[in-house]
Amino acid sequence: MIVAERKPFAEIAQAVAGYRRVLVVGCGTCVAVCLAGGEKEAGILAAQLDLAGQLAGRQQRFATACVERQCDREFLSELDAAAREHDALLSLACGAGVQFLAERHPTLPVLAGLNTTFIGVNQDVGRWDERCRACTDCLLSLTGGVCPVTMCPKGMVNGPCGGAVEGRCETDPERDCAWTVIHARLSDSDRLANLEVLVPPRDHSRANLPGRQAHAAYLRRYSSHD
Amino acid sequence: MDARYEPKILALICTYCTYTAADMAGSLRLQYPPNVRVVKLLCTGKVDVLHLLAAFKAGADAVMVSGCEIGDCHFLEGNLRAKERVAHAKELIAEIGLEPERLEMFHIGASDAPQWAKAVEMMTRRAKELGPSPLRKLEAAALAAEGVAA
Repeated sequence: MIVAERKPFAEIAQAVAGYRRVLVVGCGTCVAVCLAGGEKEAGILAAQLDLAGQLAGRQQRFATACVERQCDREFLSELDAAAREHDALLSLACGAGVQFLAERHPTLPVLAGLNTTFIGVNQDVGRWDERCRACTDCLLSLTGGVCPVTMCPKGMVNGPCGGAVEGRCETDPERDCAWTVIHARLSDSDRLANLEVLVPPRDHSRANLPGRQAHAAYLRRYSSHD
Repeated sequence: MDARYEPKILALICTYCTYTAADMAGSLRLQYPPNVRVVKLLCTGKVDVLHLLAAFKAGADAVMVSGCEIGDCHFLEGNLRAKERVAHAKELIAEIGLEPERLEMFHIGASDAPQWAKAVEMMTRRAKELGPSPLRKLEAAALAAEGVAA
């Protein structure tokens, strides 16, 4: 899932300082799970901003709303009426959600309350680790389910750099060398021959920026209308 | 500081322990400052960060949460959750520029009436040293501007 963290309070407070009626919009999927931008966090941030606004002597009102996902129009449409009642929207979604909300309300300032950090996994209550860089060319079948693009700080895709010390990365002795882990995983699953496969230089033309993809069924149904 | 200043302190306390201690303090005729307003809860595990922020918005000069002693919660870990939430709320109010000392967690067992009296005395003294909550001062100023007697 997408992992994010709340921006420093001072930065958020400064961003909303000029607006009288602000709607704090939570997002109920990824950022709710990582305790950064769900309904609860929207409520707490609105309460904090409310108190801070009072302390600064500003006449501001903060309301909250939370939609299931800010990256889907069907959910964003629920906010249309509430958005019209406000001078600014403070989105607690990942970067994608903030942009989609801003796209829907082009005349309203849409502000970001979170910093999106990575695509990751939940290791423990309140702890997440990055696992995917969304590189568009997945090597995980070859590399024993360990991503060298993400887990190796140098992104080495054809074996280790040679800098590892006792299985630890030379950039950070706290971190396992991704290629040591890959070797162990391939050895355990009797797939060491995978190491002989040479991964060619990345085909950057596949990484269309910004990314766009359409499902085949969508194309079958709608391509004649494009 | 205004000598007439009497802090308003909100106490969110657990019925199984601190409330019983407060009740006993009454039976024992223990004296403690009348600045505290008690809200009895079934467990301090019910206390939410939003309640604590709402208390300050409503004009509390200080807020105390008091649950069972560690390991003694009737619901096993409600007091531990309250402890974490109070710690979190302290960070949140510090971020907006309010003194985190205005909020405190206590653990007072049902038989510890003197400890309850001491906790209220300590919190009242602290609230007096800190002075009125800036939020309360603003509220009073707004009321004065509207011509309402505070």
